Amino acid sequence: MKLTYYPGCSLHSTAAGYDDSTCFVCRTLGVELAELNDWNCCGASCAHATNHFLAVALPMRNLILAEQAGHDVMAPCAACYNTLKTADHAVRGRDGQAMTINADLEEIMGAKYGATIQVRHPLEVLGSWEMLREISAKVVRPLMGLRLVTYYGCLLTRPKNVVAFDNPERPTTMDKILTALGAEVKSWSYKTDCCGGALALSQTAAVATLVAKLVTEAERAGAQAIVSACPLCQVNLDTRQNQIARPMPIFYFTELMGVAFGADASGRWLQKHIIDPAPVLAALAKGE
Amino acid sequence: MATGANIAPALAFLEEIEARSGQPVSLCYQCKKCAGGCPMSFAMQPYNCDLLKMIKYGEKEAVLGSNTIWLCIGCRTCGARCPNGIDISKINDVLREMALASGKKAGEPRTAAFHQSFLATVEQFGRSYEAGTIGLFKLKTASFTQDLALGLKFVAKNKLKLLPDRIKRAGEIKRIFRKAREAVI
Repeated sequence: MKLTYYPGCSLHSTAAGYDDSTCFVCRTLGVELAELNDWNCCGASCAHATNHFLAVALPMRNLILAEQAGHDVMAPCAACYNTLKTADHAVRGRDGQAMTINADLEEIMGAKYGATIQVRHPLEVLGSWEMLREISAKVVRPLMGLRLVTYYGCLLTRPKNVVAFDNPERPTTMDKILTALGAEVKSWSYKTDCCGGALALSQTAAVATLVAKLVTEAERAGAQAIVSACPLCQVNLDTRQNQIARPMPIFYFTELMGVAFGADASGRWLQKHIIDPAPVLAALAKGE
Repeated sequence: MATGANIAPALAFLEEIEARSGQPVSLCYQCKKCAGGCPMSFAMQPYNCDLLKMIKYGEKEAVLGSNTIWLCIGCRTCGARCPNGIDISKINDVLREMALASGKKAGEPRTAAFHQSFLATVEQFGRSYEAGTIGLFKLKTASFTQDLALGLKFVAKNKLKLLPDRIKRAGEIKRIFRKAREAVI
């Protein structure tokens, strides 16, 4: 399988470990990635929160470039995935404003978006039944005894008519992947409750309350760590646990795939975490 | 003189919001599942369900001046749960755009300052530049000491790039931003 890779701004800075681990996992599973040439910021929450034109035009420029590259485009950041998917959906649905903006972009770039490619998230790419079999086969260090909860956040599964690869409030794709690695995935009710990441700098106190609730509930569910598929959720949960007595590490699901696949580089990814995940994994090593 | 002249329904605001957001505000029958599911309800004044009521009443100034529109994170839980297919996140996107265009002080100036700081770096470089966003935000809000310890940890762990990523065809992004300014109603 060949895909165009859209890392997005976070994976080039705060979420470098997500970037590396995603590329490692894809390489291991035979998914060929080629980074989108000259990609721009998708606008994230800030564009749709303040200007509709930017909210459509910024992701659409990337879609036009990806369409020229000829393959489906994969975005690991939930916010990027959501904005790209929303712009793609608007063009497919012949939304009036999106058609006008598409024409404006044709004037600026000399090409417009024809919606001939698909926007995909790594969970969607790696969570198929065929891929789950491959994943099980690649495990050299099973995550036996590691108790986790999966955290999807808000943007991966909503709005349900636009992103539509899993249930909007009870998704299971990440659960299946972590189970295939040998981990014990705990049940909880907070898989898609928002962590407030988009307002972490501006409404810090309110966001710390949201984070505290998630971590407390994860602990109550019996988890040792929370697993994320979004760089905004991960960094927010990793840095805003001030109200928590015993902070809980926050993994990217691709990091845990790398650990289970025996990636030499996994130590480097995990060193970037603010809450040290080593103790949780050390217990795992002893259990072997 | 007709005595009923003062109580004509004020539909203009409702109709404008419905047209721009594509959301059927009129269908709301106040079941309050949106407020029940909203993670930020505890801080909102008014609740998002009451915001819909105020839009129906034509209370434009109170709606645009509320903190509700700036505390909405855009998580779309309200939209996923509404029995009438109303996504309040989409309405809040329109309301924030109108509030900024009005030139009045935002209901939560810090949120507005963050969005503007972030987009300023995107306009400049084509990609977001976190260190730049943080710097601009601190200037706009005079919150110089916030998260200093955390910032130092980020630098120590090499999690924050000190220099921006720039794209080659940055001119295209500048033209997109110019068009976006022209498109504001």
